[in-house]
Amino acid sequence: MSSESSAAPSVLVARRPRRAVGWGFFVSELGVLFRRRRTWAMMAALAAIPILIAVAIRLTDGGDGRGPAFLDRITQNGLFVGMTALVVSIPLFLPLTVGVVTGDSIAGEANTGTLRYLLVSPVGRIRLLVVKYAAAAVFCLAATVTVALAGILIGIALFPVGPVTLLSGDSVSVGESLLRSLLIAGYVTLGLLGLSAIGLFISTLTDAPVGAMAATVVISIVSQVLGQLSQTEWLHPWLFSYYWLDFADLLRQPIEWSSFGANALLQLGYVAVFGALAYGRFASKDVLS
Amino acid sequence: MSALAIETTGLTKRFGRQLAVDGVDLAVPQGAVFGFLGPNGSGKTTTIRMLLGLAQASAGEIRVLGEEMPRRLAGVLPAVGALIEGPGFYPFLSGTANLRRLDAADGFAPSASRAARVSHALERVGLTHAAGKKVRAYSLGMKQRLGIANALLAPRELIVLDEPTNGLDPQGTREVRNLIRSLASTGTTVFVSSHLLAEIEQMCTHAAVMSGGRLVAQGTLDELRRAGTTRAQVLVPASDAELAARILVSLGLPPEVLSGPETELTAPIPDGVAPEDVVAALVRDGVRVRGFAVQRASLEDLFVALTGEGFDVVQ
Ligand SMILES: Nc1ncnc2c1ncn2[C@@H]1O[C@H](COP(=O)(O)OP(=O)(O)OP(=O)(O)O)[C@@H](O)[C@H]1O
Ligand SMILES: [Mg+2]
Repeated sequence: MSSESSAAPSVLVARRPRRAVGWGFFVSELGVLFRRRRTWAMMAALAAIPILIAVAIRLTDGGDGRGPAFLDRITQNGLFVGMTALVVSIPLFLPLTVGVVTGDSIAGEANTGTLRYLLVSPVGRIRLLVVKYAAAAVFCLAATVTVALAGILIGIALFPVGPVTLLSGDSVSVGESLLRSLLIAGYVTLGLLGLSAIGLFISTLTDAPVGAMAATVVISIVSQVLGQLSQTEWLHPWLFSYYWLDFADLLRQPIEWSSFGANALLQLGYVAVFGALAYGRFASKDVLS
Repeated sequence: MSALAIETTGLTKRFGRQLAVDGVDLAVPQGAVFGFLGPNGSGKTTTIRMLLGLAQASAGEIRVLGEEMPRRLAGVLPAVGALIEGPGFYPFLSGTANLRRLDAADGFAPSASRAARVSHALERVGLTHAAGKKVRAYSLGMKQRLGIANALLAPRELIVLDEPTNGLDPQGTREVRNLIRSLASTGTTVFVSSHLLAEIEQMCTHAAVMSGGRLVAQGTLDELRRAGTTRAQVLVPASDAELAARILVSLGLPPEVLSGPETELTAPIPDGVAPEDVVAALVRDGVRVRGFAVQRASLEDLFVALTGEGFDVVQ
């Protein structure tokens, strides 16, 4: 029996021709991310922030003027709910969700045992990192847009809506102010890209997703605490959280783009450094999960 | 000799100070069904991980399908299907969705025929009816079947199965055996690790035995069996036992004697002695032979001889 089958002519499958990398795996990655109940739970929690703010203000009829930026303006113009909610969620809630998604990116695959099958499929290791990062960036955008959009909708529902007076004193139409809200959401997303790269790197270090998530969130908090201390002032412009709340420039007429540009440059630096670290770690790592 | 589907020389993997795989020279011929045996912790899975580029070898060379690994990994892996240390799937996705994802991960698999590939693979492992179920709700054996389906997603030249029948019911085990045979009949090389020696004996053409990280035997199944001793078993009436024993000794077959209503004498047959000559000698001298059998060494005997009787895990 043995001689028979080893003598059988080997009918080799012709090696498939190389094809340019398609979008299939990226689409599949988004599918996996957005088909998880966890992702939707996080987005729902984020959407609840502006709703809670709006309902609280509506019920207390304005409050006493204390609280986060824009809060006092909400009663006059519902379009400020979205911006207020973004300000509220930037320090903790958004980094929390970004930490969960990026910390899970590689470590979560290792934990479910899918990492070895993806690599054998084969997804190149670099391609896997790039796709994971791109999906995390899409999540950042989805998260901030969720906050902004939920804020705008609940604002329209509960408060009067009208032309918005900008910080520069000019007044813009409702339509333009909606566009500016989305622009701010884009700015906040941009600010989260550096943290995403850090999360991806941490995720390559471990097979325990919860550890990677927690570490990423802790780092975002440490960065903000350092940003508050006057003793570390020299460090402040290098912290990825330095520009997080500086979107007021987008509320001037004409728009002042300098902080947008500086933020983009800083985040790009973080992406380059931590992307390289993640690559250095993951490209040669033994996958034993 | 035909080309080798897997060839390693001096393959070694060190975890800290422990040598998990120690100088392994594998030679898996193309088209073979190759059984990879060894006790728990003997380094089978670690070897497979290195073959597939998941872990880096500490030393040694690997060629898979004639290509040097891990340098040509991306070119080789599309032609390799694998089940490595149990299945791994997203519990929150259905069986179909899991396979679609792994198929999409292969950048060379055309997306137009994805649905057809996935449903065909599910059909081959008998999971069609559970395809829409979340993997969270799969039983152990269903997950195992899904893992095998993943290995079969595309036409492969080499299929690596690490303990494929783990957790399968008897029908599932038999199906896997048939599946492996049908793969082999189309020229696919199958590299299968298992503890189930009877299983390996039934379906493999070649086998290798690992023990404590070292390769202690390798060859066709016949070669391996030949390495074990063949024994002659003679059944005679109790009154003829003494005579039979004397004749056997004179032929160079000192027997073990088991008395009962009939006496059973067993002895290893030395090289150069044909079993039929033993029977002829016994009969010529008047021994009333009631039974004669030649027992070939089973794979299990060989396995135990090579890897020791001890139950404790080495290292
Ligand atoms: N990640 C790891 N770190 C350290 N040692 C490891 C690691 N993985 C495996 N080993 C060691 O390597 C050796 C071989 O393990 P391996 O998993 O290859 O065995 P195996 O032959 O597949 O066993 P089994 O039949 O139980 O699946 C074992 O001694 C094990 O302890
Ligand atoms: Mg194993």
